[in-house]
Amino acid sequence: MTTVVSPMRAARNPYSPRILGWSSAAACLLAMEVVIRIGWISQFIVPPPSEIAASFGRLILEEHIIRRFFYTVGECLAAGAMITVCGVGVGVLLCRFGLFRKAYETWVAALASAPFVLAYPLFMVIFGRNAWAIIVMGFVSGLPPVILKTIEGISGTRRVLVNVGRSFNLSGSQQVWKILFPAALPTIFVGVRLGLIFALINIVGTEFLINFGGLGQLITDLAERYDLAGTYAAICFVILVSILFFMVLEKVERWLRPVD
Amino acid sequence: MTRIHRPAPVLNPVMLLRVALVLALLTVWEVLSRSGWLYRDVVPSLFKVAAAVYALLSTKDYYFNLGVTSAEIGAALLIGGLSGIAVGLLLGANRFLAKAYEPFLYYLGPTPKIIFFPVMIMWFGVGPESKVALGTLSCFFPVALNVAAGMRQIDKVLIRVGRSFRATGAEMVFKIYLPAMRHPIVNGVRLGFGFALIGTLLAETKLSNKGIGFLIIQAYSTFDMPRMYAMLIVLFVLAFGANAAIGRLGGLENIKRT
Repeated sequence: MTTVVSPMRAARNPYSPRILGWSSAAACLLAMEVVIRIGWISQFIVPPPSEIAASFGRLILEEHIIRRFFYTVGECLAAGAMITVCGVGVGVLLCRFGLFRKAYETWVAALASAPFVLAYPLFMVIFGRNAWAIIVMGFVSGLPPVILKTIEGISGTRRVLVNVGRSFNLSGSQQVWKILFPAALPTIFVGVRLGLIFALINIVGTEFLINFGGLGQLITDLAERYDLAGTYAAICFVILVSILFFMVLEKVERWLRPVD
Repeated sequence: MTRIHRPAPVLNPVMLLRVALVLALLTVWEVLSRSGWLYRDVVPSLFKVAAAVYALLSTKDYYFNLGVTSAEIGAALLIGGLSGIAVGLLLGANRFLAKAYEPFLYYLGPTPKIIFFPVMIMWFGVGPESKVALGTLSCFFPVALNVAAGMRQIDKVLIRVGRSFRATGAEMVFKIYLPAMRHPIVNGVRLGFGFALIGTLLAETKLSNKGIGFLIIQAYSTFDMPRMYAMLIVLFVLAFGANAAIGRLGGLENIKRT
């Protein structure tokens, strides 16, 4: 005797939406494979997914994608360190001097939406076609969210904590490092996460545009050689890297978030 | 007793600080340009940049290229925005579909879209179509995610009112969901505009023979730095202006928030 699962019960199963999502993605890949193999879509425009998957080995062995991955990650970490130090520093200063905050906070917010990446030729002129131009590009684009979130975090510190610090006669810097900074850390990390995401996007984008560096350059190289399967595989690899990066940052953010 | 509201003085300390920062930056710039510490013309004199802005805005060629880029961004915003709104409405209205497909959008959203440009060239050629396609792809994700999130925040009472009047699906969309979601939609379109602009212009700098991106990279190739600075300045001003105009047209400041 077979048991019939009612649609209501299926909808309540927490895994069924995920199953639908992943099976749809698998069905799309399968459909693409079939459509390309029978010639409805030219293999010279879109290679079959199986060919793309097979070219990953070649990317690892011949194109040194892992080394390029670490190169890009290194650039991101360098930009991330600069973003964190400068962003938190500027944010703390703006909080400490209220007049500066009133004057410049809206400007920083406007800069957060500025299309900095379009100025990449300018960075190439100033720094040359090298890793520094790419790192500074990432730094400039990732800085505003860290400043804004630092301001938000510090100004949102509970009054009672600040008063506890005062009752212990803490100095200005002790107040910042022992009260304000730890209390604002979860919010600051939201800014660092956003900054790092912006930095990664801009770093890979700039590598691609100036044909220099790690993963972005690999895509340009492969596309110029008309290595279709390799180009698609490298793009998939960059997508996987950014998803992984995003997920790791989300996990750290959740870990830092205080439990209510 | 009535209280008299006096307007804040124009030269208040905040304004003075702002003016001071601008003046300091301009002075540092001019000193750098005259110091000879950097290669010649890497930081051109402000007067040269101002002259280049004037020269740029007085050439017909610039307006032709601005027209090309604007048309590409407009097309990208139209296609990406409309498809983003449609997908956002679908995912926002159906929790099951949202759980199934929204994680894909959520995680694909922050990937660098410019890396898809070689694929767009293969699919759509080297003309404006590939730039529009990249702009569309860049614009789609923020609009879809914003609309889906906005739809879930609609007051449930409004939805129940619509249902109690036995509104059809289309009536629910046009009479309940869309009016209630003006704010997230306008915000999504604003974000989408920014991404479409960046996507389109970056694609133009990589491979094109017309458009503002092409002009910027041409100025870089010929090391015409004052012209390049002039184009970037005008571009940033236009981008900020267009962003503010979308917000104003969408009536963001008139929306009452509870």
